[in-house]
Amino acid sequence: MNGELLGINPYRILAMLRRHWYVLSGSWTRVVELIYWPAVQMIMWGFLTQFLAGKTSFVAQAFGVFLAGMMLWDSLFRVQLGVAISFLEEMWARNLGNLFVSPLRPSEFALSVLLMGVLRALVGMIPVSLMAWWFFGFSLYEMGFALAAFFASLMMFGWALGIAVCGLIMRHGLGAESAAWGAMFLILPVAAVYYPVAVLPNWLQVIAWSLPPAYVFEGMRALLIDGVLRTDLLLGAFALNALYLALGFAAFMGWFEASRRRGLLLGQGE
Amino acid sequence: MSAAPVIAVAGLTKTYGSAAAPVVAVDGIDFTVPAGGVTALLGGNGAGKTTTLAMLLGLLKPTAGSITVLGIDMLRDRHRVLPRMNFSSPYVDLPHRLTVAQNLRVFADLYAVPHPKDRIAELARDLDFTALLDRPSGALSAGQKTRVALAKALINKPELLLLDEPTASLDPDTADWVRSLLETYQREHKATIMLASHNMAEVERLCQQVLMMKQGRIVDRGAPGELVARYGRQNLEEVFLDIARGRGKAAEQATA
Repeated sequence: MNGELLGINPYRILAMLRRHWYVLSGSWTRVVELIYWPAVQMIMWGFLTQFLAGKTSFVAQAFGVFLAGMMLWDSLFRVQLGVAISFLEEMWARNLGNLFVSPLRPSEFALSVLLMGVLRALVGMIPVSLMAWWFFGFSLYEMGFALAAFFASLMMFGWALGIAVCGLIMRHGLGAESAAWGAMFLILPVAAVYYPVAVLPNWLQVIAWSLPPAYVFEGMRALLIDGVLRTDLLLGAFALNALYLALGFAAFMGWFEASRRRGLLLGQGE
Repeated sequence: MSAAPVIAVAGLTKTYGSAAAPVVAVDGIDFTVPAGGVTALLGGNGAGKTTTLAMLLGLLKPTAGSITVLGIDMLRDRHRVLPRMNFSSPYVDLPHRLTVAQNLRVFADLYAVPHPKDRIAELARDLDFTALLDRPSGALSAGQKTRVALAKALINKPELLLLDEPTASLDPDTADWVRSLLETYQREHKATIMLASHNMAEVERLCQQVLMMKQGRIVDRGAPGELVARYGRQNLEEVFLDIARGRGKAAEQATA
């Protein structure tokens, strides 16, 4: 009995998580970096919100909307970036050849980087959310179950984009590395993080509603401003996430096979 | 009755580029590797050695042909056979920021090696790098890296070991030491080793079979001594030069 389920061996995934744990535990600067950027953003948005709360009644009534939006958006971005960085670690190390001649399957490799994406995001976002409570008296955790649902939905979309980016970099080499940092920002204008979808022109609204983050951030505003948990929005987000995850995995596997056809797994790196 | 070959390759072909202008890297090669010996793939740069090894490992998809490794169809079921083989190459590396022990532990876990700490200690002893176990892999010299890469390749006690230029960039003393280690491993574990090398003395010392490649094809094969005798030369290096430069026996074969 080797513990495999659907051809996935959890021990090999754990081996890859151990590999990434070694990287993080051996470099405190990497851990600090995971917290640093979200913390700077949170502090900036916190003071901006404090300033605006004194000027407009809307912000005064829903003080945490911008802070929650910022922290949830950063969670999404950090999950996607964490997935891509975990993959890039293997590219930078020229280690893909060693990994893919071992019993590790591409699907197990993909699952390991997805899990690392979440872990890296949590390492950054949990301290930052506590700092928001400490500095500005805003607790993200007051959203309760909804926060878990929002985070899960954003995590799935971060996974979908992150794993597709991994495939893209594997196929096109480190020349495509900037996609790891830039891909998510392509959707920021239509993700409705800080403003509702309704302010967008009609044609952009169509694009916004085709992406799960718009559902999550509209749902977040409905909860924080109106006190309503919009399950319809959550369900829409999860349904779209299932589609994007399937597409992300298909893209990764397609690019993996293309890399095998072109001999790119041996010797890629800096 | 002879034992089944550990590797059986038929019509193996790899082309790159478009159908209109294909670049043929490996051109329909056939060979078998018997169990329990050392076989060399020889050839100049670009002859197709690394491409062939990459296809044997499943890292590269052939355009045509079949590969059977340890009785298993590599193109359909490579994940069934990968736990029983391993590989080392100067073209891949181990993560520099991890220590030697950490890197070996990760691969021990990937190969489901029982008692990984004991196995790592044993390899460190055998390959003489116990003092390096806690050092970052990126801080090792070329010779130390080769020994650690070899430890990674031996971590699962592979039945089939594929090596790409196992002694490249090593000083003669370390290279000799590595060859002795490979001989010992092969003998003690009755393993099969296939290596690509540019070092003819190494091949003459280690190998029972040589496959000579040129422009993606196997142009000759045999035991090192047989090849030397057949070409009427003093050593394998002279045979290699005959084949690479298309002279002597190689030229006769080409025009035959």
